[in-house]
Amino acid sequence: MEILFAIIIGVLYAAGIYMILRRSLVKLIIGIILLGNGANLLIFLLGRISEGAPPIIPEDSKMFLEAYADPVPQALILTAIVISFGLQSFAIILVKRAHKVVKTDDLDEMNATDEDS
Amino acid sequence: MLIAVLLGFLFALFLVFVGKFFKGKLAVISALVPLALFIYFASFIPQISKGEVISQTHNWVPSFGVNLGFTLDGLSLLFSLMITGIGFLVFAYTASYLKGHKYLDRFYAYLSVFMGAMLGLVLSDNIISMFVFWELTSISSFFLIGFNNTSEASRKSALTALGITGFGGFSLLAGALLLGNMSGTYNIAEMLTMREALVDHQYYVLAVIFIFGAAFTKSAQFPFHFWLPGAMKAPTPVSTYLHSATMVKAGIYLLMRFTPVLGDTPTWNTTLTIIGAITMLYSAIHTLFRTDLKGVLAYSTISALGILVFLIGLGGQAAFLAAAVFIIVHALYKATLFLVTGIIDHQAGTRDVTQLAGLKKMMMPVFIAGFLAAISSAGIPPSIGFLGKELTYEASIHSTGIIILIAVAIVLTKILLLYAGFVAGIKPFTGKLPEKFSEVKMPGPLMWVPPILLAVLGILFGVFPALIESSLVKPVVTALGVDASDIHLALWHGFNTVLVLSLITIGVGILLYFILKPSVKLENKIGKLEPISPEAILKRISYYFTVLSRFWTNVFQNGYLRNYVTTVILFLVILVGYIFFGNSRLVIDHNQLSEITAYEMVVSVILVLGVFYTVFTKSRLAAVAAMGVVGLAICLLFVFYSAPDLAMTQFSIDTLTVILFVLVLYRLPKYLTLSDYKMRIRDGILSLAFGGLICVLALQVLAEPQNSEIGDFYAKNAYIEAHGRNVVNVILVDFRGTDTLIEISVLAIAAIGVFGLLKLRLKSSDRAN
Repeated sequence: MEILFAIIIGVLYAAGIYMILRRSLVKLIIGIILLGNGANLLIFLLGRISEGAPPIIPEDSKMFLEAYADPVPQALILTAIVISFGLQSFAIILVKRAHKVVKTDDLDEMNATDEDS
Repeated sequence: MLIAVLLGFLFALFLVFVGKFFKGKLAVISALVPLALFIYFASFIPQISKGEVISQTHNWVPSFGVNLGFTLDGLSLLFSLMITGIGFLVFAYTASYLKGHKYLDRFYAYLSVFMGAMLGLVLSDNIISMFVFWELTSISSFFLIGFNNTSEASRKSALTALGITGFGGFSLLAGALLLGNMSGTYNIAEMLTMREALVDHQYYVLAVIFIFGAAFTKSAQFPFHFWLPGAMKAPTPVSTYLHSATMVKAGIYLLMRFTPVLGDTPTWNTTLTIIGAITMLYSAIHTLFRTDLKGVLAYSTISALGILVFLIGLGGQAAFLAAAVFIIVHALYKATLFLVTGIIDHQAGTRDVTQLAGLKKMMMPVFIAGFLAAISSAGIPPSIGFLGKELTYEASIHSTGIIILIAVAIVLTKILLLYAGFVAGIKPFTGKLPEKFSEVKMPGPLMWVPPILLAVLGILFGVFPALIESSLVKPVVTALGVDASDIHLALWHGFNTVLVLSLITIGVGILLYFILKPSVKLENKIGKLEPISPEAILKRISYYFTVLSRFWTNVFQNGYLRNYVTTVILFLVILVGYIFFGNSRLVIDHNQLSEITAYEMVVSVILVLGVFYTVFTKSRLAAVAAMGVVGLAICLLFVFYSAPDLAMTQFSIDTLTVILFVLVLYRLPKYLTLSDYKMRIRDGILSLAFGGLICVLALQVLAEPQNSEIGDFYAKNAYIEAHGRNVVNVILVDFRGTDTLIEISVLAIAAIGVFGLLKLRLKSSDRAN
């Protein structure tokens, strides 16, 4: 499964970069989201994946008795997901406003900051 | 001594707050600062002349071996006295020269920072702190030279001076670090004890080159000399201070300071002699072609510096003695001549030698000062200049090697310097007074007393050389590492070769003065050689450098996001790929890998298909929906692999993002494919290379052993310390609670931003429609 995971990560990275390289702002945001997902999965994979062993201590004990998934990468990714949502929502609104002002979604046409174009 | 060094800086700081009170009549009070310092340093003369060395160390950055160590020996005492003594006169002179100037307080602040930096430079025992003070002199002199900041020429010459001396500072830093590495210490006194090891070190030549780079730029040696004439754009008190006793002598000081450490080798001696000889002759000849008084003085200063470098290069007791005396001689007469020039400029309004004449009628005391300085510069007895010249000749003709050539060069230089001194000190005062100068008035005593004081000192020391013999000159020679006990200064040396040379110099020089009149025609002639002068060549180099950097910037900073991203990714792929595939082999241990179940396979296929659909669809809505599918597939992967919290977060965030996208973006323009076919192929290849690289890297990392120490710590303590069973949650809200709090504030800021953008009412002019 790890190999499949690595391939998925590679596909997400490739797609993310490809979309970032496009001229449309909307595609740029989609690219960033895909890249972010890829990065999350990469951290997840590098923390080693294990099935059926969530890092939750059983009710009747004070410590783990069996193997458990590493909680640290999970905590990191959780933070990353939430923060990237902040970034995405801000970016989406920004694109919307920018479009209202300059009437385009093409990065190459947005070359003026303070004039009517 | 720390206080003495810092006093200049403290006074400048003090002026920042109360400067406005120092602009009027009180300005002259600031001269008390250098005067106090002068008295302080003069009080050390008895101790130093007995051969004592006073040192004090204050810890600064002890972990790097950088201390504020100050050492007062003969050499630094002589320089300190010149800095504070001439400083005192310049401070007083300025009060009258720049009377009522709008920024007089600023001027004093720059001047006192400069003085403090110079003191720190000559007293520093630690080469790193010396470098710091060295840079401070460059920076403060930049402000002084560019003081008339409304004039473009003034700003330009300040920049040139900063550029050249800044380059020298860089060289000094390199030399300091190299010497520190070679000797294991930054302390100059300690370096002195390991001279043998340093001189035989494989990097010796490199270290010497760095030190020379610093000294030659600061002391305006050929081919770095051109910043000095340019610096004449500064107000005259600045020129006086910088070019007679301080700034330009810093390079000389550096060479002298390092003579006992690095000197007396063929590399050291030959280079210094040659560069010194070229500089002294080259700029002495230049003085013939100048009509601006300050121009004459500037080139004669460079020439004098050349003589000093030349003498240091000769080495040995005679040369060091000559250098020590000549430093005093030059400081006294050059400061006088500059001050006299300043008075002429201030009162008559011009510095053009071809026009100035007959001014002695109005300003007799100034003429006396100029005359005395001129004979000192000419080396006519009984001035101290005569003594200096005799010693210089003595040192040159006793040296081995190409004696004739050296003797001719130095005699020629001296003849030309005599001419320069006469032009600056005598010519403006003699002859028939032109009509337009008949109204010229005598300046106030604050202006004429300083030059006359210096000029009289020049004669006094000449008549009674015992005054400076054991107090100043001998300790300097001792500090240079040579025995000085048998030195005896006297004006009369008896009839010998040196006296004959002296007589020739004086005779030919005076003849030259009466035959050759400075004229604009001559000045224009030398102007034709300008295109091949070092200055022009350097300016051309810097011009083409800006052309190159503009081209470079235009290529790399082209303003297209995708080009930046492409460059970064391409670089990353090539570099990481090269190292990765060059060094390691991909090992996959199939036993460690987990099985693929059927439902995992299905989810993965859906995920990959979703990604492809997102990328290739022509509809924006479809792209957003497919992106949602990708997010949900990832969510399922989290569920399979024991991350329930992640799955929940991913699920809600993914849903929210899709909703936001759809709600906000449905009215955007048509979802177009803007790039052409070729571009997409190129980007596709790049992206695939990058994705492939990440994929391989991930597999490679999996082959490495894992360190789960941190995870174990949290797992062990989650319930015991924080009383929570869900370890991920405990980490977020308890162990790393502050981080989470900050994260929440980031989200809050983003939310405010979103809210602001939504509510923003654009002015009608901002709208496109």
